Amino acid sequence: MTVKKKKRSYVRAAILLVMAGAIVFTIYNSFAGGKSELLQVGDEAPDFALVDLEGKKHQLSDYQGQGVFVNFWGTWCKPCEKEFPLMENQYQVYKDQGVQILAVNIAQSDYEVRQFAEQRDLTFPIVIDKTKSVMEAYNIRPLPTTLLVNPEGKITKIITGEMSEEDIASYMEEIKPE
Amino acid sequence: MENVQCQCGHTNPPGTKLCESCGRSLTEKDQNSKLVDMRYEGTARRSQTYNKSIIDKIWNFFSSVKVGVSIIVILLVAAAIGTILPQQAFVPASTEATIKAYYADTYGSVGRVYHALGFHDLYSSYWFITLVGMLAISLVIASLDRFVPLYKSLKNQRVLRHPSFMDKQRIYGSGAGSEDTLEKAEAKLKELKYKVRTDKSGLLAEKGRFSRWGPYVNHIGLIIFLFGVMLRMMPGFYVDETLWLREGETRAIPEVPGYYLENKNFKLETYTGEGEDAKFGEAIDRVGTVVKNYQTDIVLYQEPEDSLPGATDNLEVVQEYPIRVNQPLKFDGYAVYQMDYKLNELKAMTFALTNKETEESLGELTIDLINPAELYELETGSTVELLGYYPDFSGFEDGEPQTATPLPNNPGFLVKLTTPETPEGETSFITIQNTVEPLGENQYKLTFQNADTRNVSGLTVRKDSTLPILGLGGLIFMIGVAQGMYFNHRRFWIQQKADGTILLAGHTNKNWFGLKKDLDRVVESAKLPAYTDQQDEIDKKEKAEKEGEISS
Repeated sequence: MTVKKKKRSYVRAAILLVMAGAIVFTIYNSFAGGKSELLQVGDEAPDFALVDLEGKKHQLSDYQGQGVFVNFWGTWCKPCEKEFPLMENQYQVYKDQGVQILAVNIAQSDYEVRQFAEQRDLTFPIVIDKTKSVMEAYNIRPLPTTLLVNPEGKITKIITGEMSEEDIASYMEEIKPE
Repeated sequence: MENVQCQCGHTNPPGTKLCESCGRSLTEKDQNSKLVDMRYEGTARRSQTYNKSIIDKIWNFFSSVKVGVSIIVILLVAAAIGTILPQQAFVPASTEATIKAYYADTYGSVGRVYHALGFHDLYSSYWFITLVGMLAISLVIASLDRFVPLYKSLKNQRVLRHPSFMDKQRIYGSGAGSEDTLEKAEAKLKELKYKVRTDKSGLLAEKGRFSRWGPYVNHIGLIIFLFGVMLRMMPGFYVDETLWLREGETRAIPEVPGYYLENKNFKLETYTGEGEDAKFGEAIDRVGTVVKNYQTDIVLYQEPEDSLPGATDNLEVVQEYPIRVNQPLKFDGYAVYQMDYKLNELKAMTFALTNKETEESLGELTIDLINPAELYELETGSTVELLGYYPDFSGFEDGEPQTATPLPNNPGFLVKLTTPETPEGETSFITIQNTVEPLGENQYKLTFQNADTRNVSGLTVRKDSTLPILGLGGLIFMIGVAQGMYFNHRRFWIQQKADGTILLAGHTNKNWFGLKKDLDRVVESAKLPAYTDQQDEIDKKEKAEKEGEISS
């Protein structure tokens, strides 16, 4: 009888655990918004291929072995505008140490993007996501959003919102190859 | 707690009310009552028996019908409160901060509390989901707690019961019988489609036992339904996205990997009141314009298998389709519906380069607002150079023109006008109906001629893989309801004592009238003793006593 009682107690505990787990799981999913493949730190960065203003194709996986600083932006976005000169400064410091910047513009015209880059003397590659497919694949909501991709191609940080120059420097240090 | 030993020698698990074997009442309360409580066959329900460990306590909490009903009531009240202010999907704000501000600004402190408690997005609020989950737990545990002992007890029931069990049944009778009474009763009961088992000098006739499983079947249906609802929140099962697509644009479809939509054309047609539509003339005169058709002509593209996001030069056309209201584009489990539209968004603007004094034109240029060029050359040798373009001009900041959005709602242009007369060039900043000349008085200006517009389609992308699961849950629920409602579990116990006396008892879970009708036919054909409905007698007695009290 006691063995039976014990067994019953385990069964009951198991049922309660499974159901409580289902609730927690549902709440978690509901907060994740039910989005497919919500990107998280530690995930493989989805590969993409976009063309820059010079017509050169940039594929994320081509930069394997380098740290990649992927920044999503638009010309109308004020914080993006503020952080671009800072990114340019740090790019000059880190580009020879194996850190690459890919600035992904969200579906604007070549003219607007070129004008923006020329006015600020930006030298890092700026690509345009004409169909918003990369934005979709990365589930980008607010601009700016920056993803740090390490030399192994894994996402090590997702930053939404404006960054200071110190932030940018420390992020680049973080993804710098050994 | 200890096992309960019955006088008949059977050992019952603790908490048993009626002996599993002979049916004697085992508790003092049951022994003293006139009728036995036949719910769950007097078996020991776990939740009523153990209350020691924490697991017992949680189990007992959820097995209570009172708790289950309370949860349902709380859910209903919460859902009702959720309809008082609009849900967040219907307020004109999109980010978390603006939504929060919207509730606070529009509804004051009520709105603030409403938002803080999660009523603005009720079905996704953690406490609502938790309550629904608790309801699911309650359904499972309350069912198990009742179903398991009931099933065991009905499966193991004996034919011969103790007389004290029989005479405490609602339908009971006793009296003299003849030798063939049992045989005749058995034959008649079989004719009435009862399953009859005999043991020595007794029989148990039973019909419709499966109706007892009805409530548990319908709970299984509910659990499957809730499981479907849970899947909805998981990635890949449920998609409900909005896509604003401008004419000429190709965009990745949100939440639909690998597919793209191009908007070729949006049109809104109205009834003209002429020709075929003449019959609507009167109605049109009365209410004004009536829309006949909202339609977006689209091209659906798919990227090749090994293609990467962003590489859109190799898209393959899947199909072209006119999406109209109630005629969605369907592909690969998804459906794209026509939901909304915006007419006449600016697309291109045409200007003439004119001399301010003579108003003489040196030619026209058209600026594509979606994809502007840098330099416009006119036939007369004049040029217009675009120095800056601000699609949604919102003012100056530190002397720099700003744009609020990437959409050409209020385009502003910084241009350099060069003519044979002014080879140095003149700078001018142009917005709709306004020209600023920041570097001094100019001889030439751009005069607005006309604008091209395009329409925007509001499309909704939907997918719901949980519908079959929800349907199955609903079906099982209905089967359970029918099973429990339209069928009843009827039983008769008949036994003949050594002296020839017949004892007769009957029980059903509902529809006592039907039970008595069956029994009347058996009594008639087998010459059984007359029976009484003891509940009726108790009721009558109570009624009489009450009336007596009133009259005295």
